[in-house]
Amino acid sequence: MKSSNAATEPVNVTELLVGPGQPAAGTIEERARREDPAVLKTLLEQMLLIRRFEEKAAEIYQLGKIGGFCHLYIGQEAVAVGALSATHPDDYIFTSYREHGHALVRGMDPGEVMAELCGKQSGVSKGKGGSMHLFDRHRSFMGGHGIVGGQIPLAAGTAFASKYLKQPRVTLCFFGEAAVNIGSFHESLNLAALWKLPVVFICENNRFGMGTPIERASSLYELSQKACAYNMARTWVDGMDVLAVRETMKEAVSRAREQNAPTLIEARTYRYMGHSMSDPSHGHYRTKVEVEEQRRHDPIKQFSAALEAIDLVNQAYIDELDQKVRDTVEEAVAFAERSPQPDARELYTDVYVD
Amino acid sequence: MPILTYREALNQAMREEMHRDETIVLMGEEVGFYNGAYKVSKGLLDEFGPMRVLDTPITELGFTGLGVGAAMAGVRPIVEMMTFNFSMLAIDQIVNSAAKMLYMSGGQFNIPIVVRGPGGAGHQLGAQHSQSLESWYCHVPGLKVVMPATPGDAKGLLKTSIRDNNPVVFIESEVLYGTKGEVPEGEHLIPLGVADIKRQGHDVTIVAHSKMVLVALDAAAELAKDGIEAEVVDPRTLRPLDTEAIVNSVRKTNRVVVVEEGWEFCGVGAQFVDTIQREAFDYLDAPVLRVTGADVPMPYAKNLEHDAQPDKEKVKEAVNKVLYRK
Repeated sequence: MKSSNAATEPVNVTELLVGPGQPAAGTIEERARREDPAVLKTLLEQMLLIRRFEEKAAEIYQLGKIGGFCHLYIGQEAVAVGALSATHPDDYIFTSYREHGHALVRGMDPGEVMAELCGKQSGVSKGKGGSMHLFDRHRSFMGGHGIVGGQIPLAAGTAFASKYLKQPRVTLCFFGEAAVNIGSFHESLNLAALWKLPVVFICENNRFGMGTPIERASSLYELSQKACAYNMARTWVDGMDVLAVRETMKEAVSRAREQNAPTLIEARTYRYMGHSMSDPSHGHYRTKVEVEEQRRHDPIKQFSAALEAIDLVNQAYIDELDQKVRDTVEEAVAFAERSPQPDARELYTDVYVD
Repeated sequence: MPILTYREALNQAMREEMHRDETIVLMGEEVGFYNGAYKVSKGLLDEFGPMRVLDTPITELGFTGLGVGAAMAGVRPIVEMMTFNFSMLAIDQIVNSAAKMLYMSGGQFNIPIVVRGPGGAGHQLGAQHSQSLESWYCHVPGLKVVMPATPGDAKGLLKTSIRDNNPVVFIESEVLYGTKGEVPEGEHLIPLGVADIKRQGHDVTIVAHSKMVLVALDAAAELAKDGIEAEVVDPRTLRPLDTEAIVNSVRKTNRVVVVEEGWEFCGVGAQFVDTIQREAFDYLDAPVLRVTGADVPMPYAKNLEHDAQPDKEKVKEAVNKVLYRK
């Protein structure tokens, strides 16, 4: 990794990903044996659905069917899937603009999500939000937000509401590693710790804020340490290991729900694609070799291999599952394509409510 | 009718509304133990407790965003800016979150929040603490902007703003906090978007909001001695704007002076003038003139600060010009 900034030393990516912290205990296989088989199969299916959905989104983006910015989640599937598996259906979810995966795991209809990407009336936000602004009030999906770090104070807000209204609802707030340098992150962590709010902050460290690697943006590489400044519980987890994410999240969610105590989790993951569809998947900021090296830790490959190793699934099962999610994604695209654009009258609705 | 200060009227509005609706909370710097930097929240901590009257760290972006998030989940926050100068730290959350959430969620999340506090100049507070930022907020679809001039309006408009299901930017005035006036007891609600004729007249219309209403009324009283009857129109709400009230007055008087404390360039008065020229063009007997704050950062020195602000002499001079009087 070459750095153009003379003030920063080149940093080995592998070292960063296995830096000091608490690794998950035992192999994936050992941990999988302790889980409910139905849960394991669901986790695999959700990761596969995200992967195929995002691949299709990239494909139809190239055809001009999706406009604007489109940030794909390929490579990071284990974070959303593992994290959301530890929540209740009415727990609040906030994300950044890289949120297609979280929305799908939350149970939002793939067709309606794809329709939103395509700017159609049947989209989850009526075609007015787009790829970066998916919302679903009934699933407590509180939105994809487009300003880096902008969702973090909002998440402290729903957590405050849960506490104030005496509702046992936890808030999960996802953001990328580039957001830990912005003021809203620090102001919100302080408020959440000071006011003892039931919120879990999940920093998805995919290594790059657009084209800037973490070591050129943050003076601290072990990002969960930022929580120390706010007297907040913290940990890091291998974000390519869905069960490790799930275990870590269970603990943090329970800390939030039972003790009104926030946690900062750094999930170390990797983005295979460019920052958005406007960017190449590798370029001057990283090499093709680096991306290929990271793909060897692919969360779906690792997990499906583990499930095969414990004889829960075989290749035929995986192939069948893959076909099933591919069919779902095809149906989603077909639904989006046959959906009408928003009515012209929609331009002036939803600006104010009565 | 009881006579209260502007400060007491705002306090009464919040107290009554917090009794009416338990989902209302007040948060901001010094609103609790200190009883408010300007004592607007005096006694509310004792009455409603620390879960409903929340002292925040000095972190405008954080607590305003927290308020917006709480408003997405069933709480109705009143967020106090110690002064609106500091709202620039929070403007990302006011504009990008509060104002746009309803639209970009396709109508799923409205944000019932009031962001309130004093705007405008005080007395020799210097450049960073003396500015009128209402035009910044008026520019943004999704926000409502309210600026009361009198104690009665302050109570009635704040109660309505708290009940409004949209984000409301409610800008008070440090200089007005001690002014007194009649304030109806109990259920006094003034609809947003309805102007008030603060003085009837037929010779000239003066449009003014917030503390400029008092300046306009002073000027009108002196003009009356010369036989000039000015009509003072106070929009009270800048967005939505009661254009009908302004236009009706212009049709009657045919001459207009628009007064605002803020800077001239892209100020809210420019928007009023746009409406007037479009909807009352044939009724105008003179170009519309504006009296505004000087196009400079606010100076500290007393004489320079005075010169930088509209006053009754400048308003009278503008009125005389539109009347073609010497």
